[in-house]
Amino acid sequence: MSSALSTQVGFLIRRSMLRTLRQPAAVIPSITFPLILFGINAGGLAAAAQIPGFPADSYLDFIFAFPFIQGALFGATMAGGDLARDIETGFLNRLSLTPVSRVALLAGLMGGVVGLALLQGLVFVTVGVLAGVQFAAGVGGVAVMLVLMALTALGFGGLGAWLAVRTGSGEAVQGAFPLFFVAIFLSSVNLPRELIAVDWFRAVATWNPVSYLIEGMRSLVITGWDPTALALAFAVAAALVVIGLTAAAAGMRTRLGRT
Amino acid sequence: MSRSSFSAVALAVAWRALHNAVTRPALILPSIIFPLFFLVAFAGGLSRVGDVPGFDFPGGYTAFVFVWIVLQSCAFTGAFMGFNIAADFESGFSRRLLLAAADRRGIVAGYVITGLVRSTFTALLLFVAALVSGMRLEGSLLDLLGLLALGWLANVVGTLFALGVALRMRSVQAGPLLQTPIFLLMFLAPVWVPLDLLSGFVGAVAGFNPITFAVEAGRSLIAGSATGLPLGYGLLALMALVLTGWALTGLRRAEAAG
Repeated sequence: MSSALSTQVGFLIRRSMLRTLRQPAAVIPSITFPLILFGINAGGLAAAAQIPGFPADSYLDFIFAFPFIQGALFGATMAGGDLARDIETGFLNRLSLTPVSRVALLAGLMGGVVGLALLQGLVFVTVGVLAGVQFAAGVGGVAVMLVLMALTALGFGGLGAWLAVRTGSGEAVQGAFPLFFVAIFLSSVNLPRELIAVDWFRAVATWNPVSYLIEGMRSLVITGWDPTALALAFAVAAALVVIGLTAAAAGMRTRLGRT
Repeated sequence: MSRSSFSAVALAVAWRALHNAVTRPALILPSIIFPLFFLVAFAGGLSRVGDVPGFDFPGGYTAFVFVWIVLQSCAFTGAFMGFNIAADFESGFSRRLLLAAADRRGIVAGYVITGLVRSTFTALLLFVAALVSGMRLEGSLLDLLGLLALGWLANVVGTLFALGVALRMRSVQAGPLLQTPIFLLMFLAPVWVPLDLLSGFVGAVAGFNPITFAVEAGRSLIAGSATGLPLGYGLLALMALVLTGWALTGLRRAEAAG
């Protein structure tokens, strides 16, 4: 990376992170809401660990991947919302008149997304450990889980940015949030796929890439080092990153071309 | 003020809100789609939870979660009424309405009527969807009407709470304040398993949550063995009574704000 580009990226990452941190009304829900749902699920479905064939002794451990996925989703929505606001306020137009490159614009935004994801992940790990979650893969597993969360946030962030540049509307980005949310619930988030009794639901969960992200993260907590689950999770995360960033970059090119 | 001016305002507000709901479906779709989604996700994805030792519900897992989903949808349909009134304040319509209404309490009543009509529609839609997805009915028609009445009470509670917030905040930015308390109240109840199978803080809180008693009363109705009805209906009615004061004082605040 040339020094000019790295300077641009550095400034834009700093701007993205500062803007995020200066919005406690946005940051706090992105941390508390997944934790609240984690607590509700862990308490409400604790008895599910007694189903014959359930893969974990504790439902708390089993459901611990949930806040990581939901947190990544929140970050994506924030990234898309921030970019849409830049478009709505004309900031992107003004920026396009400067020598800042498209790559720097996107990298700056995504740097903020990854930064927020890591902050969320650290809080989730701390709360999880305090609540009694035990990582079968140990400290290394925690690190891998954070990397996986950051990649997932990056992928979702790319999709959020793509929506923002395509529509130029924060409302449209927010409107897509429930769709992402539905994708989480139509996965193996609450029960392992082999314990989903309804055939069509199990089929949807099997085709749903979110299932593999969750199962990869979950394996680090309840199984230890499971190469298959981790390979699938990283493959899905990488595909999400490639698709999200490619779409966002193409959308940005079109948007700046119009400007 | 005469009774006729109260009912005239209430009916006019209700007619307008219902007309808006029909002509602008985007306003009501979330309150229909989310409960249907919950039904799909819970009845489809979690049905094996019914195999947990100690889980013994006569109607099966779909009927078990159906009751909570009906009450949740009714309560949230009420909460969404808050968005309507907040949006009306932002557009300036509510201020004109406050000036024009002969009896302003009719405005609150109008939104309550709207909530009841909309929640009935959603509950019936859910009922059909649950039957299609294989829900077994053990209760009689009277029991089902009893469940609908519980849903109406939950709806009135949700509507009055949301009106109180919306009339104080008068902005759609109050969205999280409209939804979060109702969301927490609903989810801190026995959603997926009976009360005695809950654990952690959810188990501790659910025992004191009035929604728990309403959900259990509703489940006893759909199972055809009505129990705990006075507590279920009574607590919701008490909440509605308290929240009537909350909504009416909100109306006073809105009047004072001009």
